[in-house]
Parts: sequence; C-alpha cells; structure tokens
Amino acid sequence: MEPISVIGTKNKKGQVFTDPRVMMRDAPRTPSFYTGSEVIKEAIRRASIDVMIAYPITPQSEAAALIGELFAEGYIGDYFRGESEFAVMSQCAGAAFGGARVFTTTAGPGTMRAMENFPMWAGARLPIQCIVTCRGINSPLSIQPDTIEISYLMQTGMLVWHAETAQDFYDWILMGYMVSEEPEVHLPLALCCDGFFVTHTKDVVDLTPTDMCLPPYDPYRSPVPCMDMECPPVRMMRDPFIMKSNYISYATHASWQQEVWAAAERSRKHTIAWLNGLIETENSDADILIVTSGTAVSQGREAIRLLADEGIRVGLVKIKTLRPWPEEEIREATKHATHIIVPEFNVIGWMAKEIKATIPRSERVVAGPRVCGGMTMPPEIIVEEIKRALGIRSTTLAARG
Amino acid sequence: MSKERITISPDLYDIMPADYQDLVSKATYGKEDRGWKDIGTSKELIEQHSLCAGCPESMAFRYILASLPNPEDTVMVGSTGCTSLVFPMVAVHNIHSLFGNQNAIASGLKRALSVRFPDRIKDVVVLAGDGATVDIGLDMTLQAWFRQEKFTTICFDNELYANTGGQESGLMQKGFVAKMAPVGKLFDKVRLPEIARESGCHYVVNCTVSKPSLVEKVVRNAVLIAREIGPTYLQLYTPCILEIGKNSMEGLQEMRDSEKPAERFAFKEYISEPAKQLLAERDAKAKEKKAAAKQLVS
Repeated sequence: MEPISVIGTKNKKGQVFTDPRVMMRDAPRTPSFYTGSEVIKEAIRRASIDVMIAYPITPQSEAAALIGELFAEGYIGDYFRGESEFAVMSQCAGAAFGGARVFTTTAGPGTMRAMENFPMWAGARLPIQCIVTCRGINSPLSIQPDTIEISYLMQTGMLVWHAETAQDFYDWILMGYMVSEEPEVHLPLALCCDGFFVTHTKDVVDLTPTDMCLPPYDPYRSPVPCMDMECPPVRMMRDPFIMKSNYISYATHASWQQEVWAAAERSRKHTIAWLNGLIETENSDADILIVTSGTAVSQGREAIRLLADEGIRVGLVKIKTLRPWPEEEIREATKHATHIIVPEFNVIGWMAKEIKATIPRSERVVAGPRVCGGMTMPPEIIVEEIKRALGIRSTTLAARG
Repeated sequence: MSKERITISPDLYDIMPADYQDLVSKATYGKEDRGWKDIGTSKELIEQHSLCAGCPESMAFRYILASLPNPEDTVMVGSTGCTSLVFPMVAVHNIHSLFGNQNAIASGLKRALSVRFPDRIKDVVVLAGDGATVDIGLDMTLQAWFRQEKFTTICFDNELYANTGGQESGLMQKGFVAKMAPVGKLFDKVRLPEIARESGCHYVVNCTVSKPSLVEKVVRNAVLIAREIGPTYLQLYTPCILEIGKNSMEGLQEMRDSEKPAERFAFKEYISEPAKQLLAERDAKAKEKKAAAKQLVS
C-alpha cells in the first residue's frame, strides 16, 4: 500500500511540505546576509524537525539557542537543554529510536564527551543530524577553531561532511536529512564546519522560501524497527550475543559492523546526486593541486589567486564528504599532479594522511601548511609551502619565519 | 498498538514459532485487569531468560511485565548489566544503547512519542541495575527527575555490579567486602529513594520483590503517576545470590530477611500530593465500576 503523500499539504505554521528536489533545486532563492549560526536556524526552520536537544558550548551555543527560538515560535516539535553532551546525544538517540527527526549541535570537547554515543547511533541506524562546529580539544583550554575532532568522528560509522561556507551549511543541512534517511543508508550525519570562521562570520546565503519545508521523516521506512510499539515486538534471541564466545556471535557483530560501513558506502549515489559530487575541482589538470576540506579550501582559493598573479597555475580539489571518503574521485582528480598541497587546521594532518593512503605515489603529497590552536591560515603560508615544494625562493614575511 | 496488529496471517500461522503463536493467542495485551495472577495461565511477555538459576531478578522481571498496565503501548529502556541479558526475550519494544544513559534515552524517547502521538498514551519504563542508575548514570537519573520527565525509573538494586563479577557499587552496604572494595566498602549505601523524593519524583518505593502482589501494586501506581503527573522511582531489592554466597533456592529468604521493619528494604513509599489525588480518583472510579457491575449481576 502506498502511503498517502503529504506533499502539498501544510504544517501548523502554514509551511507547505515540498518535494525536496523542487525545494532545493527549482524554488526561487533569496540572497540573505547572515551569520553561520543564523543560517543553521534558517535551515532548521525548513527541516520539519521533531526534536532538538541543546547544550551550551562555544562556538555552537548561539545556533543551539536560536533553534530554541524556533521552538518557541512553533517550528519544532520539542526542544530542551540537556545536562551534558553525553546525555544530549543519548537523548537524541532516544528520540530517534522513538521515530523522531532529530537535530543537535556540538563542538570540540563536547564532541569528545559525547563520543561513546556516535558509534552507538551508527550501529542503531539512527539518522540523527549533528552539527559539529569544530574547535580545539586540547589542554590548556582553547575555544578557537581547530579541526582535530573530525579525525575521531571519521571512525564512528557516521556520515561525515565538511562544509566550507555558510551556503554549504544551509544546503547540506537540508540535503543531509534526505541522504541519511534513505532506507538503504539510514545513518547519522556529522555535518562539520570550522568554528567561528563559519559560525560567527556573516556571508550572503541564498535561502529557499520560508513557506516551504521538507516532508516529515517517516520512521517506518527505517531498516530497523522503530521503538514505538506500533509494530509487533520481536523476541530477538534466546541468549544475547554478548554472552556468547562463539563464532556465530562474532560473525553477527562483524557482519553488522560491515553493514554499517556498507550503508555509508551506499550513501554515495544519493550524496553525489544531492551535493553534485563528493568533491569539487577547479583546474585539476594543473601540476600543482591544493586538496583539502572546510575553510582551508577558501584559504586555498586565495593562495591560488596570489600565485596566478605570479604566473604560477595551481588547481583545487575541495573534498565535501569525508565519510564516505571520495577515494576514486581523489585518485582521478590528482592523477596528473606532481605536487599535492594539503593545508589543514589541525596539528596531526589527518587529511594529508587520508590522501596519502588513497593515491599512488604518495610522495607527491605535501602535508601542510598546518595551523592549529585557533591560528588563522593566511594564504601567504600556502603560497610559501607551494613555492618551497617547487624550489622557488620566497620573499614573503612568513618565509622569513 | 492494538492487539490486531500482532494477528498472524492464517497462511503463515503454522510456520510462525510456537512462542509467537502463544503470544498472539494467549498473551494479555489489551487486558485491563492484567496482573501477576496471569503468570502461569497466560502467555507471559518474557520468554526464557539467561540469568542464573533462582535469580530474584528473573522473578522481578516476570512480576513487572505481568503488571504493566498498558504493555501494548509501553516502551522499555534498559542498560548494560544482567537486565540486558533478559530484554532480548521481552515482548515489548525495548532499547539498549549504552551503560548508564537509560534515563537520557527515556527522556528523548518519551518526548518523541509525545510529539508523534499527542492523543495517545505511550508509557515509557526504565529498568536498569544499581550501577547504571546510581553510579555511572546518576547524573542522567537525577536530571530526568529535575526536568519532571514523565516516565518510571525502576532500579534493580542488587547492591553490587553483578554482571562484571561482583564489584563495589554505590548502593552496596557499608563494610561489605567485594572486588574493588578489598577492605570493605568505606561509605554508606547511597540513599537514592530520599534523593528521588527531593529531586521531584512523585512516587517513590523501596522494597523487595518477595511479594508479587506488592510489585504489581507499586508498578501500576508508578506507571500511572508517571503518565499523568511526573517522574516516579522504584528501588527493588533483587539480591545477586551468586555474589553474596547464597544458593539458588535462597533468594526469596534473603529478600524476606531484608524487608523486616528495621532492615534496609523495609517497605517505604512516598506519594506526592497530586499523586495521592490521582490514586484516590482512580480508586474511586474502580469502586464505582465494581458497584455498577455488582448491581448488573443482582
């Protein structure tokens, strides 16, 4: 039996449930000058969220509070402040187990405190969306931008996307639900951005109409039962596998882990369709390529402009999704490059390591420049890194160290 | 969920497991006066369990599941521990996610069910051990009560970490020698029932599971009050006979010994004023119904 479509009907705020493809691709867009936090609010206004759970931590606090305003206005089913990120992520899980479309936000130490929940979300196939506004996690205390927490999230089984701009953020929040709620995917999404650089700066973002919203989540399309006692309960097994030290037990756990990662792989085709590819390239036939994600891409664009002034041609590969990892795409885009420059906002260089593990002749990868602890990345240091790789003497201030 | 939802297609009846056939034909879903007396005559919502022989927790499970007033619309939340070995065989939806986060899960779940089914009753019942409730999960236990989340928290208090082999827990008695308490526990049993009352619970009971009729009464009260008013808490002594050096048949006696007037599991009940009123109304209605039925018969 085909479910009755809600498309074209209105929610209690008078917004029309709209075919997401129409809403995201065909509907007129209004340029608006907003901070990243305000952009999150505007996307959530149109996302038909059932439950949002908030907790204060810089730099996501503003966005989390703004969504509270949406709740007060009647756009969200329920909203409350949890007691810690660990609790919040469990509360999100409870709401998602109960069949709700769930949204939350966190950052830095909050991501780390919540970490035990993320593989549980993935294993339980809960399509929760968590915005991660990355910041330092080290001691001494830092609230400044730093992307190291993404490297932990990448091993959880979640989908992990890394937005460069507020526009990415706006579109990907809405598209993210469409991908992660696909029955063959049905996984949580960590939608990351570089804290402050994206959340606290203003940018022009093209918004979809306020009176259109996503169709509601249908929990009965989930590949695992929704815990609402609306479908017959199943006695799962006589002895839980946790009690068994035998091959069947191991094989069950192993195959489920493989299935979670396979589901992330199956998200590729949906993600490619929605995001127009897992990567974006400019002049990828150039000998020198900047390959990275997040706001390091924006700094890379500036470096490319500076180098163009000096007659040095550099191409760009912007990586949009980290899980699934665009392995084939990166290999193809970098196949002619002699130098692959990977600027990053973290001390360990996780992106460079991933790229080295992906491409043949990994000695082409220049793992830098890297800044961390909240430092900005002036385009000049990327220029300097490229010149050094090419053996060109540099006269920039940064080069004098 | 109405009982019709679990009706088996006649074409498939013979290939369904006998356990499931029984669940459909002989279970007590939808029966208003279901209770512990159904045990043995109706199909129980708990099938076999993998607990130790004679474990009082297995009795507690049977009594609680027989006493849930609305199992067809009840979702249970468990935690890691011996209870998580039983839940896979329970015929109501139940969630295990992590150790200690059960009241956070239940908070999100209850809210989601309220958003999705605003005009229907959906009960949420947490059932976890004392390690999960009082130690690793205490923060989330209390915060759910502070927020007045409308679900029942049941703690199976066996006064130690049973599933990991008998380590010290916050609800363990002072002086008890256990793993991780090599010279005896140095501080008193945490007084969670009192803390529950101060934290905003509207119904708090501390007792053993030696009497099924008592378990039925307090479970029904706790679920009803949580549904209508706010958080409720039951702390039930389910001794780990293995770890306190008792035999399989000695669990019941251990509970009886521990519920004597001066003992730590002497029956204690706290009912808030709004909850008292609710129970009085319920009892009055039941009396009225009984009288009407009597009149009809005569």
